[in-house]
Amino acid sequence: MREKAFVHPYIPNSAPEVKAEMMKAVGITDLEELYSEIPEHLRFRGELDLPEPMMAECELRRHLEETLAKNTTCKDYLNFLGGGCWQHYVPAVVDEIVNRAEFVTAYCGGTYADLGKFQARFEFYSMLAEMLDVDAVSEPIYDWGAAAGMSIRMASRLTGRNEVLIPYGISPERMAQIRTLCQPEIMPNSIKITLVDMDHQTGGLDMEDLKAKLSDKIAAVYFEVPAFFGTVEGNAAAISALAKSVGAQSVVGVDPVSLGVIAPPASYGADIICGDLQSIGMHMLCGGGQSGFIAFRDETAYLAECPLAIYTIAETAVEGQYAYAEVLPERTSYEARDKAKDWVGTASGLWTIGAAVYMALMGPQGMEEIGETILYNSNYAKQSMSEIQGVRVLFDTTFKEFVVNFDQTGKTVAEINKALENLKIFGGLDLTADFPALGGSALYCVTETHSKQDIDKLVAALKEVLK
Amino acid sequence: MKDVKLRKYHSASWDEPLIMEMGTKGERGIIPPKAAKEVVEKLGQAIDLLPAEMRRQKSIGLPEVSQYHVLQHYLRLSQMTLGMDLGSDIGEGTCTMKYSPKMHDQVVNSSKFADLHPSQPQETLQGILEIVYGLEQYLKQISGMSKFTFQPGGGSHATYTNACLIRRYHEARGELAQRDEVITTIFSHPCDGATPATAGFKVITLMPDENGYPDLEALKAIVSERTAGIMFTNPEDTGIFNPKVAEYVKVVHDAGGLCFYDQANANGIMGMARAFDAGFDACHFNLHKTFSSPHGCEGPASGAYGVREELAKYLPVPTVEFDGSKYYLDYDRPESVGKVRSFLGNLECVIRAYAWIRSMGAEGIKTAAQISVLNNNYMDQLLLDIKGVTRPYAEGKRRLEQARYSLGQVMEDTGVGTAEIRNRFSDFGIQGYWMSHHPWIVPEPFTPEPCETYSKEDLDYWAAALAQCVKEAYEDPEFVMNAPHAMANTKILDDSLVEDPDRWACTYRAYKKKILDK
Repeated sequence: MREKAFVHPYIPNSAPEVKAEMMKAVGITDLEELYSEIPEHLRFRGELDLPEPMMAECELRRHLEETLAKNTTCKDYLNFLGGGCWQHYVPAVVDEIVNRAEFVTAYCGGTYADLGKFQARFEFYSMLAEMLDVDAVSEPIYDWGAAAGMSIRMASRLTGRNEVLIPYGISPERMAQIRTLCQPEIMPNSIKITLVDMDHQTGGLDMEDLKAKLSDKIAAVYFEVPAFFGTVEGNAAAISALAKSVGAQSVVGVDPVSLGVIAPPASYGADIICGDLQSIGMHMLCGGGQSGFIAFRDETAYLAECPLAIYTIAETAVEGQYAYAEVLPERTSYEARDKAKDWVGTASGLWTIGAAVYMALMGPQGMEEIGETILYNSNYAKQSMSEIQGVRVLFDTTFKEFVVNFDQTGKTVAEINKALENLKIFGGLDLTADFPALGGSALYCVTETHSKQDIDKLVAALKEVLK
Repeated sequence: MKDVKLRKYHSASWDEPLIMEMGTKGERGIIPPKAAKEVVEKLGQAIDLLPAEMRRQKSIGLPEVSQYHVLQHYLRLSQMTLGMDLGSDIGEGTCTMKYSPKMHDQVVNSSKFADLHPSQPQETLQGILEIVYGLEQYLKQISGMSKFTFQPGGGSHATYTNACLIRRYHEARGELAQRDEVITTIFSHPCDGATPATAGFKVITLMPDENGYPDLEALKAIVSERTAGIMFTNPEDTGIFNPKVAEYVKVVHDAGGLCFYDQANANGIMGMARAFDAGFDACHFNLHKTFSSPHGCEGPASGAYGVREELAKYLPVPTVEFDGSKYYLDYDRPESVGKVRSFLGNLECVIRAYAWIRSMGAEGIKTAAQISVLNNNYMDQLLLDIKGVTRPYAEGKRRLEQARYSLGQVMEDTGVGTAEIRNRFSDFGIQGYWMSHHPWIVPEPFTPEPCETYSKEDLDYWAAALAQCVKEAYEDPEFVMNAPHAMANTKILDDSLVEDPDRWACTYRAYKKKILDK
């Protein structure tokens, strides 16, 4: 059979001369011989039905750009969507660093060959620890939901109990992930999930309901600051204290961009802290910028139950020189397989470097200032929207996100959002289906990227739409 | 192999301080936007907008460093990282360290993708949904499966998704209480044991027979009405293709279990053999391995997970569908396992995989597989010519895209083990190799994977570097034991600290408390 010369720029040894030389060295005359171990009945002899290759980079780039041009972005339209993926400013230096070929194309290389990666990662743990006010931070996992689920499972193992209390007002996406990780009751290591009612004034936990549901069977009370509805839980310290009073863990989810103005979770009694790094230096990437973290006190019991890798700084023979090594490695699935604490694997490592650069750039002043700007902008939007006829803003104290109810406008959120879209605005996330108790409500997100003019434009558009 | 001139390499060595030790009080790296004056006037003090007890009292102990110096610091750290773009990464076997085209990165970074919010109205996401749907069609071709999800954020996450799907399948059939065992093999990735265990199953691990294959007779003996499924790779880490794989599948099917093919690395067989044709119910591909998305210091990653038609209803929500004129998300899937990750997964990996397949076409896919196997077989000869290097199991049988070797003989002769040789290896300007997952069945292992990216010259160089390391081990073992010699730092003084709570320090503040302030 005559072989066509197919030489691809990504495959040096597809060039006929070198290919022939190597085949000769290997002692074959046909590449088919390389597959002699695969029996005929397992061979795929058909033709893959794939489009003709676009081997010219120029041509392929044009195809990709034309396809993606069919999207309308949050730079094309004014965006008020949040709910776990948020539009924040990404400093140019962050982009510069996370696009360095050395970082983009490194993997799990050696301690010495990848020293810079290990140092950047250690700096990430160290700076996030300052934000959270704890001493131990793990390697990243996929996103907040995965981090929350794994944190709850840690709490279950730490306490030997298998029930968790979770607030009613949790993100449905996150709840679905936690439910998967807590698994059906029939499984031997399942964790029973009980929802705690919401205080309808504050949007926080209903403390009476929490007290009623707490018992010595509860492994953890999970809550968030700020919560999915943007509310800032005023009873955080009391919730942690109540959890501890029955021997349960206080597991807290946080949005790190809030930590310049909001108290660090350790200060109100959090035992295990989780959250997402996307807000501190990652583009939205249609949900591809998520990165979960888990943090806790530097106590052996916590480190020993954490499924994710944890590294320590170490000294070398040269004074003042550092190296890095994995702590208690035998507990992770790389070493212990099915006897491990859950599992560990490739997740979102590059984003820890993005977050490190972000925190280093922002410093204490930058984090405080961004927190203040978000408080101002979001509260301004809240006030301005509440002045629109029929529009009601729910809950007292919020950071970045807030719930807006449209029941008295005679229009559904879907109708309003469609009308806003025609005015080049992405309105708030529609909560109607997931939270029937809130009626026709939407979750609006306002960050430091919004100007007063943007908010005024939204308010004017809403007035127009609701006329 | 012609004479190879080994580089006189030295890694960048900036002797860079930790960022926490840099800067001076009051320095700024970036200034966030301020709220408008009228807004500030209207609302008063920002901090008063929070409940008193929830305000941060002390400013965060972050470093204060100017922008130039933050940039410089992280540029220096990047230079002290040997990404595969710089030092050919043939060594990290099972990981398929292939070239990730730069153009794809530029497209991913463009505003038309980077500035998308996943909850936007679907009519504003038609471009990205078209790419997601397109990649699904291509992977269906390559695997034979009927439907894919891109929600899993890594390979292990895909195997976890599979464990959840096995659970859902038996739950729907009312057999979950009875079927509580998942089988895997010792040469499969550890996550094939760890993730079903997390999902609540008992895990049984098959050991290899004398030829290196998972023991078929042992499998027949352990399947029963308790078997929920099997999760394994082929070829396993050894690179040996198991020709009887369909028999294993049949044994498990006959017992009522589901069969999952861990194809994290499918680089040697894409276009040559398909999971579906061997009878598997499900499989996954790591888009950051076989399909060129870069590894990014361990992510973002994507474990594309595909199943047979009968199992499609259990996939995570939402799925991406096409009605002939527009793409849409389908959440109305009542039998779904639910969600394993927020939103739609790491679509930056999906774009790159889509682009890579479009640049390859059917012939390119097949060529990439064939050349990766040719490269491995070529390098195999060079490595086996090195004194003390052996390749246990299946004597005389060809490996596919990777192989597991042993330096056990070198260890016996010289006292120098694979970990030490790995430390010396990077001194030649190439990434240290992957040894093995645990446990080490093969003594003093290493597992290279010379995928299609690498030239003959790269392969010659890699083998020559290993030959040099082994030669040194025989001639001057101390020298290798004290490696590395051309890296930015030297060996850790005392690695017992990883087990000692009084000395480990996972953050700088812990280091200050435990070590510096003492």
